[in-house]
Order: sequence, then structure tokens, then C-alpha cells
Amino acid sequence: MKREKLRALSPLEEAPAPTDLRVRQIRARDLLRGDLEGPDLEQHVEESVLTTTMQKLTGWGRANSIFPATFGLACCAIEMMSIVSPRYDIARFGAENMRASPRQADMLILSGRVSIKMAPVCRRIYDQMLEPKWVVSMGACSSSGGMFSNYAVVQGADKFMPVDIHVPGCPPRPEALIYGFNKLQKMILGNPDPGWRRRYNAAGTEEWAREATGDASKEEIEAYEAARDLTATHEAARSRATRGGRA
Amino acid sequence: MPDAPGLELIAQDLNGVAEGSVLGTYHEHGQGCLIVEPDRILDVLRWLRDEPTQQYRFLSSLHGVDYLPAEPRFGVVYDLLNMPRIERLRVRAALADPGGEDLPEIDSCVELFPAAEFQEREVYDFFGIVFRGHPDLRRILMPEEYVGWPQRRDFPVGGEPVIFTRDEPVMPRWYE
Repeated sequence: MKREKLRALSPLEEAPAPTDLRVRQIRARDLLRGDLEGPDLEQHVEESVLTTTMQKLTGWGRANSIFPATFGLACCAIEMMSIVSPRYDIARFGAENMRASPRQADMLILSGRVSIKMAPVCRRIYDQMLEPKWVVSMGACSSSGGMFSNYAVVQGADKFMPVDIHVPGCPPRPEALIYGFNKLQKMILGNPDPGWRRRYNAAGTEEWAREATGDASKEEIEAYEAARDLTATHEAARSRATRGGRA
Repeated sequence: MPDAPGLELIAQDLNGVAEGSVLGTYHEHGQGCLIVEPDRILDVLRWLRDEPTQQYRFLSSLHGVDYLPAEPRFGVVYDLLNMPRIERLRVRAALADPGGEDLPEIDSCVELFPAAEFQEREVYDFFGIVFRGHPDLRRILMPEEYVGWPQRRDFPVGGEPVIFTRDEPVMPRWYE
């Protein structure tokens, strides 16, 4: 089973014996001298090289160093400001560096209601950001107009810009925003959270998934998911069991 | 605050200075209000500002009201403040709706109280009341290309109906 192999390779499980370390050291020295050949070389490559695709590597890099734009719209902005505080600390996920210029930002958090006079400004800031860029719509107002069902407020920010993640709440707590941000990270990694598609058995109906994951087959996506969720194996196993039961 | 008899005295003096300018008075919640003829509004405000016994020199607020079923339909309300005596007086001009596409008009008081400039723009923005002689009468809060006067009572509230999946029993097959 692929998973068991991964677990066997995982350095967290058990520390290698000192003799093993010594053997590896000698092997690395031989490699540098050019003396390593045959099965020894094979084994060295297998142990010390991690293979991945360029897309996954860039995705990993992007997802873990997002620069959000310093951009607040309304009361949700107060909650948004606190995610960089030591108490919530979005620096754990590599997004603590709020940039004051859209040219340097990767992520726009629409934190609050967007009035029809503000909508062109938001769109302009979004257009000024460099690719790749992501938008998080925070709270009920920017997702659907929320309580401001009136003449002055745009009923949902995705009427004028593409939104990647909607975070519900009025306002959402900072934890909720960080959870939404983690979902965005999974999306950037090419491993989006299926959300309601998991509940309704609707995997594969996403219109953008093929583009984002680069024609990955279902097995490849699942293997990648399993490797990433090594720490949450029981959860993945449970979901797979329910999926199998339904099918 | 001028009490009820004091308010009557002000109305009497005003009618002496500018004939027929005060249509009525009322006094409630401890505050007096003069209902004035819209065409004489500048005479009234100037007298209240410059008359040595009155000296209501500070315009603390200017706002519009829409009393839709009632006639005359619109009101422009001036809240005046006498700073030395700390007395407040409300002046209300009752404006009739000319009907159709025409907008109600009243004289601008920017020359008397420069602070009224933005507030008159706001009243124009939301109620469509035109202030004659205003130096720069544009919308101030809504976008300039906006159509309609959103704070009027007959203006639709707007927004969009949002139907949630939990409403399925009430509105079956709402998504179609």
C-alpha cells in the first residue's frame, strides 16, 4: 500500500540507527567522489531525493508565502486585522506580511460590505495586483449583500470580481478567516477542499479543477491528498469508507 | 430654547419683517419649530441670523424629509443654534411635489451659512430637492451616474431576494 510505504519513509516515525547514519554518510561521500554505482546508487537516490512536479512545487511555495493586501472595507476589517496579532497569528501559515501596495500583494480580503461606489475601486485594486492572485470574500455582506439588502450595496462581490473563497459569518471570527485561508492554501496546492461536493458525491463537477491540477487523474489527486494529509489519516480513511459505501 | 410664547413672539416679529413668511409654529419635546413659506426661507434665516435679539448664527444641521402621503410632501429642515445663549430653533420649509419629472426647488442658503454646502448636496442626492444658487450641486454620496432619489419613500428598497436551500419546502423548485 502506498500509504504504508510513506509512513515507513516518514522521519517522524522512528529515528534511524547510528550505523544506518554512518552507512548513509559513506554512501554520500562516495557519490560526491563519483564512486557510487549500481544498486547502491539506486538506493541513495531513493532515500535522498524527493520527486515532485514543478507545478506542485510552485504551488507549495505560493500557498505558504501569501502576501495579503492591506485593505479593509467595514467591520469585518477589525476581525481581519486581528489575524496577524500574536493571539491568532497567521504567520504560522506564512501570510503575516500585509502589503500596502496591490502590486506586491497576492491576496485581497474583501472584509465588509461593498457599496456600489466602492465596487469600481475594489475591481481596480484587483486589476492592479499581479498574477497569481486570489480573493477571499469575508463575511455575509461581501458574499451576498448580507443584511444590507438595499439600493447602495452590491449584492455579492463576485458580481464584479472572481472570488476564490467565501467565508460565512457576520463577522466571521478570526479563526474562521484562518480556516478559510487554509482552504485557499489547499486550493493553491491543487488539492481543493470538495466542500459540499463531498456530501453530495459530486466530485469532478468543478469547472476549474482540471486547469488547476494540470490534467491530474483522480488516482493522482487522491494519492497527493493522502500524502499531504498524513497526519489526518483516520479522517481520510473515514471519508473514503463512506464514499465507498455510497458507491 | 425659546418656550412656546417665545416662539410665538419670534413668529410675530418675523411676520412683521417679512409679511406672510411664517405659516405656523409648533412646540414639542422642548423644542420650537417654525414652519415657513419656502420662497421666503432666505429672509427668515437672514433675520434669525442677523437680528441682534435673535443671533442664531450657527447652522447645526440641514436635512430633508419625505412625508409621502401628506401634502406638501417634502420638508427641508434647518436646525439653528444660538451659541451664546445655547438655544436651538428649528425652521422647516414645506415643499410641494411638482409632480412628474420636475424636482422641487428652494433657495440655497450657502451664502448665509457656508457649512450648508455639503448638506444641501446630500439632500439633493437623496431627495432630489434642487437648491437654487448652490455653487456646486452634484451628488455627494451616491455615484454621480446614479439614477433616482433613494431616500424618497416611493423609491424601491432594492436588494435581491436570496433563497436558501432550507426554504425548499416553502418554495419548491425555486432554482428553476
